[in-house]
Amino acid sequence: MADGYNKPIPIPQPESDYYWEGAKAGELRLRHCDDCNQAYFYPRNICPECGNNNTSWIVASGKAKVHTFAIVHRPPHPGFMDDLPYVPAIVELEEGPRMATQLINVTPEPEAISIDMQVKVVFESITDEISLPKFEPA
Amino acid sequence: MPVMDKLKAISGKAAIVGVAESDEIGRVPGKGPMELHAEAGRNALADAGIDKSEVDGVFTAGYSTYDIAEYMGIQPHFTDSTSVGGSSFVIHIAHAMAAIEAGYCEVALITHGESGRSNRARAAGNPGLPGAQYEMPYGIMGAPIGYSMACNRYMHQYGEDRTREAMANIAVSTRKWANLNPKAFFNDVPMSFDEYHDSRWVSWPFHLPDCCLVTDAGAAIVITSAERAKSTKKGAVRVLGAAEGHDHGILHQMPDLTRTWGRHTGPQALEMAGVTHSDLDLAMIYDSFTYTVLATLESLGFCEPGEGADLVANQRTAPGGDFPLNTSGGGLSYTHPGMYGIFTVVEAVRQLRGETGERQLDDCKLAMAHGTGGTLSSTGTVILARD
Repeated sequence: MADGYNKPIPIPQPESDYYWEGAKAGELRLRHCDDCNQAYFYPRNICPECGNNNTSWIVASGKAKVHTFAIVHRPPHPGFMDDLPYVPAIVELEEGPRMATQLINVTPEPEAISIDMQVKVVFESITDEISLPKFEPA
Repeated sequence: MPVMDKLKAISGKAAIVGVAESDEIGRVPGKGPMELHAEAGRNALADAGIDKSEVDGVFTAGYSTYDIAEYMGIQPHFTDSTSVGGSSFVIHIAHAMAAIEAGYCEVALITHGESGRSNRARAAGNPGLPGAQYEMPYGIMGAPIGYSMACNRYMHQYGEDRTREAMANIAVSTRKWANLNPKAFFNDVPMSFDEYHDSRWVSWPFHLPDCCLVTDAGAAIVITSAERAKSTKKGAVRVLGAAEGHDHGILHQMPDLTRTWGRHTGPQALEMAGVTHSDLDLAMIYDSFTYTVLATLESLGFCEPGEGADLVANQRTAPGGDFPLNTSGGGLSYTHPGMYGIFTVVEAVRQLRGETGERQLDDCKLAMAHGTGGTLSSTGTVILARD
């Protein structure tokens, strides 16, 4: 674990082990329904659209555009105190699904960030097992 | 899909006959949440003039009904612990009405109690839930951050300045109502537009006054059949329409960040009641944030998407305005312990009964109370009428 990392850390579940292993290996892995021919997020074995489990994994391109964001000035948790202001976001992946993330390497001011701006995934290692997919300007 | 013929057949067959808060609300460090439930429950039964021994249906959220019923010494024949955030207690009204109409119970007690201000300890949550894996690690936790992200999307679609003006109008008009409510947390704290715009950021685009209070409070509602309601202390406020539902749990799964499930519950509740928006004398709309009100009014069908700023313009929603909204002072300025929805009903019933003193509306006959829960996730709408 990175020294002093005291933010919430994901605990992989049976349906998400492969997702988090991918993130640690530098891949953004998405669930894909082979019946709907559509990727979806978050990972679960049963397609939330059609209810079938004819599903597989794909590796996302890592390209996305910003769907929305905020600029947090008051920490929701002590672990984020030193990060203020930080920029949580929802991005829309090139493959279609949206995911929650954080924008990094941006100036945390409304004028410096725009909805629909192009971003790309970067993986931030927080423990030996977990890397978080975050996004930065493409 | 809901079967409207059946819903219309039970419209008005149940009535709210008691409402109350806990003895004190705001800062109540000396009492725990269960005591706030029990106090409010006792007070609502007294308001109805119904003895506790008659309660045969118990409804609550945040606790299991067996915890609350045991604490209060009630052994119910019908129970419902539906817990979908702050809308839960509004949704319980529909469930109580259905249970009463079906014969499962006759006197239903809905209770709420939280020590949001004095007990800031939050449960760690279930690490297996998607939010713990896919949102919280990014600092997307707690309501202001999620709702502010949704609000920014709305600003992108409909214009930042226009949205900001609407949010300021809602914050200021709600504060004016609180200034008329002796129980309101901000009863003696006025707020100008300048003070709104100059206030600090919590999570841009939210200023501090865009965000609800965090208080200690309990509230309760007593519902019974229209027949039993005739022999209660204050008479009936009939439930004419009710609707509920949700379309996601965590924020990034929300299909459209600018539209809530109110798009279904508003029209359904109104149609069941046989009334339209323009018939309403009062709208009590859950105001966890100013943006919640803006998106909810549009979703409920008071106006078209993106037109909410016109609806709340020029302090129309303030005392003396022609669109009375959140006359208690709302979650923004009256009280908000965590799951505020029940308080929209308490105020609506009091306005319909003519019990609200300085803030009383003239001839208030028909009201909507609307709860939102989770991260703009669930909604419950009821239409209430004075007998």
